Amino acid sequence: MRHRTRIAVGPVQFRVGSDWPEPIAALDRLYAAYPQDDARPADATVRLFAARPWRRWLRPSVHIGGDFIVPDALPLPLSMGLLAAEMAMNLQVALGWRRHMLLHASAVAKDGRALIMSGESGSGKSTLAALLGEGDWRLMGDEFTLIDPASGDALAFPRAVSLKNAAIAEMASRVDASRLGPLLAGTPKGDIRHLIPRGNAIAAMHEPARPALLLFPRFGGEAAIEPMGEGEAFVRLTESSTNYVTLGEAGFVALTRLVRETPAFGISYPDSATGIALAEQLWAEAAR
Amino acid sequence: MSAVQTLVDLLAGRRAAVDLGPRDWDGVIGVARSEAMLATLACRLEAADLPPSVAALFADQRIAAEVAQRQALWEAEMARRALREQRIEFVLLKGTAYAAAGLSCSAGRQIGDLDILVLQSDIGRAENELLAAEWEWVKPDPYDDAYYRDHMHELPPLIHKARDRMIDVHHTILPRTHRITPDALALMSDAVATGSGHAVLCPADMMCHCAAHMLADGDLQGGLRNLWDFHCLTRDFAAADPGFWGKLDARADLHGLRAPVRRAARLSRDLYGSDLPSGWDGQDPGDGRYRRRLLARDDWGRPTDFALQQAFYIRSHWLRMPPAMLARHLWTKWRTR
Repeated sequence: MRHRTRIAVGPVQFRVGSDWPEPIAALDRLYAAYPQDDARPADATVRLFAARPWRRWLRPSVHIGGDFIVPDALPLPLSMGLLAAEMAMNLQVALGWRRHMLLHASAVAKDGRALIMSGESGSGKSTLAALLGEGDWRLMGDEFTLIDPASGDALAFPRAVSLKNAAIAEMASRVDASRLGPLLAGTPKGDIRHLIPRGNAIAAMHEPARPALLLFPRFGGEAAIEPMGEGEAFVRLTESSTNYVTLGEAGFVALTRLVRETPAFGISYPDSATGIALAEQLWAEAAR
Repeated sequence: MSAVQTLVDLLAGRRAAVDLGPRDWDGVIGVARSEAMLATLACRLEAADLPPSVAALFADQRIAAEVAQRQALWEAEMARRALREQRIEFVLLKGTAYAAAGLSCSAGRQIGDLDILVLQSDIGRAENELLAAEWEWVKPDPYDDAYYRDHMHELPPLIHKARDRMIDVHHTILPRTHRITPDALALMSDAVATGSGHAVLCPADMMCHCAAHMLADGDLQGGLRNLWDFHCLTRDFAAADPGFWGKLDARADLHGLRAPVRRAARLSRDLYGSDLPSGWDGQDPGDGRYRRRLLARDDWGRPTDFALQQAFYIRSHWLRMPPAMLARHLWTKWRTR
């Protein structure tokens, strides 16, 4: 491919190829602080390509592909090439990674222990993780949390955080502008802007953390905490794992252990400040 | 050297993994994934000296392939239970058969659908039993459905409601409309039992099916993997039976598959280094096109040589049906697009 770069996020080394220079330039800026090891072979291949040669220039639209392809994924305009790249990276991991159980969850860590937050898109798990990561937590990731089947530890996958809609202004007021990517307005998921994690998150991305608390946040409604049984947490996490089934017995063992050893709660919150307060309160209780 | 050629050389043992530079692995891994052969490569290089991250990736692949294989064999067991009551005999085909028979090509081999062969006279009952056991039709289009039933060598694909796995129920190994008509009754009646209690085709028939599937019934997509199956099968069977090649010849003649079997043998010699007996070891000027088609991938795993791919695609349809029927089929497909 004409334009290319390599990016290491957590345990995954990506090689990204593109028909256009812009998405590669945008990735290189977002991931400039990440470790570079040119001698390391890639685990996953991402391709951003034009469906027809002339679509490189004429109404350029970015198709995503690589090791795995979703046949009916719609292309994005070149102005959203960075989003396409991020989606493609997630897709390759979701469909191809086997070393760890993948949870569609955000996570932050403190003192070698992890707070894992799982929930549907819009539940606020990304924003909560980003906000905690600006405080005295280490951001582990906003999209995937990896569970090592052998040790039961959580591993970080700290891609650039994808902030959506109202969360953009909320974070923009707190962080230096140099840590924000370009504003991608009007994407299929609304407005999106990427946040580069703090240096501590990138420096410690290979350090595992022991799961200590599982939260299932829900944005909206009165502040509430609901303890969750092992069974419900198990079922919810099977639904949020992209490779639980393909891992077979190893996935079952890893997930059973996770829900047995980690207290789980559902929380509802009307605003970020309340969400953070609830998370901190449960963490303090879990840490005792 | 292209990544796909490096992949083939690694599989054939012509090149040692330790001689690859770190950058070479990018292409090899990408191409092997595109060909659904990454776990096969991982098994082939289990004892090789590899860069740590490649070794870790390959270990993942081997474990994943083992899990997938267990699931595929479980699916075969589910089919056995569904067809047991009506005493419908069936034979496992392709990937599941290789795994059930413990053949060397099953190491790391990806298995997609469950393919089984039943007698033509049992096909209606088999379909009813599978529907009763919660498999359901996938093809909603009446034309496609009728097309399968009237002209193909299998039922329209069925998928299991709960397990989401496909089953292809064949009554022979090439489309009814194909220029070649293998002897389906002989395939069924000479099938052999595996240790696990399943039936698979006898060795020579298994090779005939492999060659037919690769060279007579498609556009050579997934050809490198099918050819690897063929290569490993020749090794396994020739080692177990010195008279194997003669039996294969006789069986290929019976099914009208002499040309595809001979070509598959030459290609697996050219690419993977199979040992062929005298008489088989010739050259055919047409083989070059097939080799180019098999190796048509760039270092990013993308298909190349568009014109050649198209030519093989058209050829596959040409083989499968007579011209008038092909014209009618393409017309109907084009109108409903």
